[in-house]
This record gives sequence, structure tokens and C-alpha cells, in this order.
Amino acid sequence: MLGLLGWVPLIPLLGFLVLVLSGERLSKSLIALIGAGSVGISALLVSLIGIVYLNGNMQPYHLALGSWIEIDNLSVPFGLYLDALSLTMLFVVAEVGFLIHVYSTGFMESDPGYARFFAYMNLFVSAMLVLVLADNLVLLYLGWEGVGLGSYLLIGFWYEDPKNGYAARKAFVMTRIGDTAMALGMFFLFTHLHTLDIQSLMLRATSQWAQGTMLPIIAAMLLLGGALGKSAQLPLQTWLPDAMAGPTPVSALIHAATMVTAGVYLIARTHELFILAPPVQLAIAIIGALTLLIAGCSALAQTDIKRILAYSTISQIGYMFLALGVGAWSSAIFHLLTHAFFKALLFLATGAVIFCFHHEHDIFKMGGLRKAMPVAFWSFMIGSAALSALPFTSGFYSKHEILLATFDVSPVLWAAGCLGALITGIYSFRLVFVVFFGVQPKAVEKEISLSMSIPLLLLGALALFGGLLQIPLDSVFPTLINKSSDHTANLVSAITIAAPLIGLTIAVFFYLTGTLSAQRLANNALAKPIRLFFLSGWGMDAVYEFLLIKPFNAIANLNKNDAVDSVYIGIAWFSRGLHQMMSTSQTGRIRWYASSMVLGTVVIIAIGLLS
Amino acid sequence: MNAIPMEQGLLLSVILFVLGLIGVLVRRNLIMILMSLEVMLNATGLAFIVAGSRWGQADGQIMFLLILTLAAAEVGVGLGLALQIFHRFHTLDADSVNEMQG
Repeated sequence: MLGLLGWVPLIPLLGFLVLVLSGERLSKSLIALIGAGSVGISALLVSLIGIVYLNGNMQPYHLALGSWIEIDNLSVPFGLYLDALSLTMLFVVAEVGFLIHVYSTGFMESDPGYARFFAYMNLFVSAMLVLVLADNLVLLYLGWEGVGLGSYLLIGFWYEDPKNGYAARKAFVMTRIGDTAMALGMFFLFTHLHTLDIQSLMLRATSQWAQGTMLPIIAAMLLLGGALGKSAQLPLQTWLPDAMAGPTPVSALIHAATMVTAGVYLIARTHELFILAPPVQLAIAIIGALTLLIAGCSALAQTDIKRILAYSTISQIGYMFLALGVGAWSSAIFHLLTHAFFKALLFLATGAVIFCFHHEHDIFKMGGLRKAMPVAFWSFMIGSAALSALPFTSGFYSKHEILLATFDVSPVLWAAGCLGALITGIYSFRLVFVVFFGVQPKAVEKEISLSMSIPLLLLGALALFGGLLQIPLDSVFPTLINKSSDHTANLVSAITIAAPLIGLTIAVFFYLTGTLSAQRLANNALAKPIRLFFLSGWGMDAVYEFLLIKPFNAIANLNKNDAVDSVYIGIAWFSRGLHQMMSTSQTGRIRWYASSMVLGTVVIIAIGLLS
Repeated sequence: MNAIPMEQGLLLSVILFVLGLIGVLVRRNLIMILMSLEVMLNATGLAFIVAGSRWGQADGQIMFLLILTLAAAEVGVGLGLALQIFHRFHTLDADSVNEMQG
């Protein structure tokens, strides 16, 4: 049964090939069948493999499919590796991916690029499955770049609008910065440890390198660079809000559930290396805490429904990084899992709202959709509850674990996490109250089809009860040792639980009952610049514009005429001048030639006589 | 036999040569240019004769015969070209046949 693992990434790849070769010639229902069906088969295989694996002895399973690169002492096989961690990721990618594909068959129905859309989606899913199954860093990198390509293609899916193309390029280039660091990290690891197989790499690292020495710190920092770019963490986070230019199912699949969590997966996969580098781990925790606060504040000020969710995604991945930084590996992966459920749910519900409500993105032009769109409303309620970690939703369990683990390491980071949880409560329920309560400005255009509502219901169930899933990650990660004493722990958990509830209450006062007016606050002389600052995502884009883009353009402008070429241009100019001079002497007149011959002879004779 | 000194003979040959050269440079009619060329060739020939008689050698006269042959061949080719040029351009003006210019 486990031998079928190889088919899991292969079937979506076949789906991609069929769709990309046949183009739009197939009928829509056939395209939907191939597009969603190929991922469906993968999801089915993953379920079967998961059942067999969990009922077995839980030993890591290794499947070699053949050799890819074989040079001297470098050998890169097509090897797949299955353990509890990759199984969890497989589950997220295949199952959530399948639900999103089913949803897309309804959402993209009237789009002329139907086959193109599913081809790209299948390519993405295939690459993501390679990423999580790879047993060596090179194959992982193949999947890593594959998902980057899929993300680029899908953000720029509606390429007629140059803005979308710009957003796609921005996402591609910004993640490429991280990927370069990651590639350097791979080279570094190979030069020092002479292997790229992840498991033996980790073994050799632990046996050869002492904790806190220079080598593991450099290697971990380079890998962290890749993770920061892919997971949109500080300082490479600015591409994700713009990536919302793609179709909404794309945002749900790539920019919420799977690809952006690849960085978390990478760090968790190579966690032995990060344990050897405590300063890097601390940096991860601080980056996570800063990112979750910055992105949370930015989400508070946004008015575009998808940008709110994009910032909230950055913020939630910040929680995962915080967990990784404090060594709560399984909590990070647990939060990754629950986040995939509730954020996919939120995005798909957003898609339903946008789909049915005149393609409107501004939340303040919506309102009162509670009665008109009950499925979307309840999805949003569940999703927001899980996102802000209200008790007994899936997000509660995972975020609670993270915050408690953080408190054991650093109360300051814990306080930042709690503040973030409070902000999360405010912005997620602000979204719900503004969109679904109040007065409905205009009627709903169309109903959502069955293919769209069923994934919403299933994801809703997962988002609500996903916290009860017991994932056997203890076999992969070391367990946390230090636990704080009971009475502080009680107080800490009480505050941790209370933080999102306080946020919810604030949102109720501001946006539901109208006791406090958000409008008045927004127009306040003091608050207005802060709001604009948050709206621009803490001005990070402007900073990059000033620091990188402007100087680059200036240098490019200076060198428009190619300084290096000027020598060769000079030589060409000189010989052309000589040529022109000589060619004017060719008059075609025979008498002119005769006289120049005479003159030349006289000169030669004169030289002969005088010398 | 040695009535004419070599200097005078060579002077005559130089004068003839320069006259011919001036003719080549100044005249525009192709026929006149060819005639001036003949004058230059004959001036050279005269120089050989003078030199040959000065040292009592037959080489000068042999060279003159060679130059005569050369001049005959040259005139044949030159007149043929002149005919062709007149045929094509309906003129014998050397300056108006200047199409091969840079």
C-alpha cells in the first residue's frame, strides 16, 4: 500500500500534462473531472496511505523511485520519505487541495481560461507534494521552485490586467531572494557534510557539529532565509498582500493553506540543525513575534476583504514561526494544520461573497449578507472563531499550545503573542460584523452552487473539530522539557484564553452595536496617520521602493548606454571615420588617380634623393 | 658618331616625358590622354636609346623594341576601351565617366 506513494505527486502531474496539452478543446465538465479528479485520486491515496501508516509500526517509510543526478560523490535520487510530519503535510495539501479544486469547478465556471486554471493548479499541487515528500534537499528544492512557479502563474492568471502581472512578478522575485539564500545553504551543507539526504544530513550535523558553533549557525541562517521568503515573514512579507490579485481559490490553496507554510515545514523538517543554532532559533521567535504584530496591525486598517485575510495569514504564520523559535515543533505543525483548515475556509467563503456580490472587494460596500448568504455567513463565523482562537474551535487548541510553550521560554514573546491574539480577535470579527451585519446595500447577484457550498461545509467541520485530531508528531520531534509550575500556568492560560475574547468584545462595541464609532476614531487627528501607516502595511513597500527600487532604476538609467561597450563603440567610430576619409578620395576620375600617382612618385623619389 | 652628348638627349627625354604627363593630367578627351601616354612611353624609350649609345650597348635598343611592343598592345587595349566608353556613354570626356566612386 505504501508503495503507491510515488503516484501521489505523479497523478496531479499527469493531470497537468493532459490539461496543458489539450488546452481549452475539452468540454468544461471533462476539464473539471480531470482537474479536480486527479487531485481527488491523490487525496484518496493519501487517506489510504495514512490509514495504513498510522495502523502500522509508524516507522519512517522510504521509497526510492530512481536516480536523478549521479556525479562523483554527489548523488540525488528521486526518493520519497514518509513520516508523521510529511504525512500531516500530505494530508493538508491533498485533502484541502482537493476541496479547493472542487470549489474551483464552480467558482471558475464562466472563466475562459478554465483548462489553463486547472492545469496550473494541478502543477502546483504536484510540486507541493514533491516538496513535502522529498527525502533530500535537492528534490525538496525542485518542489520548492515548482510551487513558486505555480504561484507566479496563478497570481498572474488574469494577465490582461498589467497590475496582476506586476503582483506575480513581485511575488516571484521576492521569494527568489529567499530561495537564493536557501540554495546557498544547501551548497554550504553539502561542502561540509557531503550529503544532501535530509535524514543523514541531520544525523551528521548532530554528530559532527557542536551546539552554538559557527557552522550550524551559518547553515541554519541560510535555510531560514529561504523559509522567510516563502512564508512571507519579516522582512520579505510584502509580496503576499499583492498576491491576492489571483483568483480567490488560488489565494485559499497557495497563499493560505499550503505554499506559504512551506517555510514552516522546511524548518520543522530540518529542526535538528536549528536546535544546534540557538541564536538562529531566537531570531526565528523574534521574527515570528514581530511579524504577527505588524501584520495584525496592518490587517486592522485594510478595507479590501482579501487583503485583510492576507495580512492575517502573515500574522498566523508568524505564530508558527514563534512556535518554531521556542522549540514547540509539533505545536507549529499543529497550527499549520488547523490554519490550513480555517484559512482555506475563510478564503473560500470570501470567494463566495465576492462571486455572488458583484465582484466587490471593499468590505464597507457590503453589509447585512447574513440572511442572503447563510452558508458563507456560518463559514465566516466558524472561520473567524477559529482564526481568533475562541475556545473549542480548532485554532484555539493549536494557538493555546503555542502561547503556553512560548511563555516557558520568554514571557515577553508570550505577551506579544497575546497582544497579537487580541488584535486577531478585533480584525476577524470586524470583518464578520461589517460584511454580514448592518444594512444590505444591494441584492445578491447569484446563488452559490452545490460544488461551492459542499467544500465550505466540509472545511467548516474541519475548522471546528480539527483541533481534536491527534497527530502522532512525537515520533519526529523532541518533546519539550521545561514546564512552568501549575499556578502560574493557570493564570497564563486564563490570559491566553481571554485575549481573543477581549478583542471580540472590542469589535462588538466598534462595529456591531456602534457604541464606539470607528469612523470617529479614523478621523481623529492622532489616529489618522497611524491608520494610514497600518493601511500601507507599515510602509514596508515604500521603504523597499526607496532603498532598492529607486537606486536600482537610477543606476540602470546611468548605464543606459553601456559604459563597458564605450571602448568598442569608440573603435568602431574611429575606423568608420577613417573609412569615410579614404572613400572620399575615390572619386572615380581617372585624371585624379593619375595625379595622385604622380604626386606619390615624386614624394618617394624626393625621399630617396634627400635621405 | 658621338655628336650629341648624353645630357642633352636625357634633357629632351625629360622634357618629352613632362609634356606627356601634363597632357595626361590636363586633357579630358580620352584619345588625347592615350596620345599623351604614347609621348611619355616614347620619352622613356628615348632615354634608353641615349643610355645605350652612351655605353655602346645594344641593351638600350632592345628595351626600346620592348617598349614599342608594349605601347602597341597598350594602344590596342586603350582604344578598345575608348570605343566601348563612347558606345555606352556617348562621350569621350574622362571626367564624366566617374561612376566608380566611393
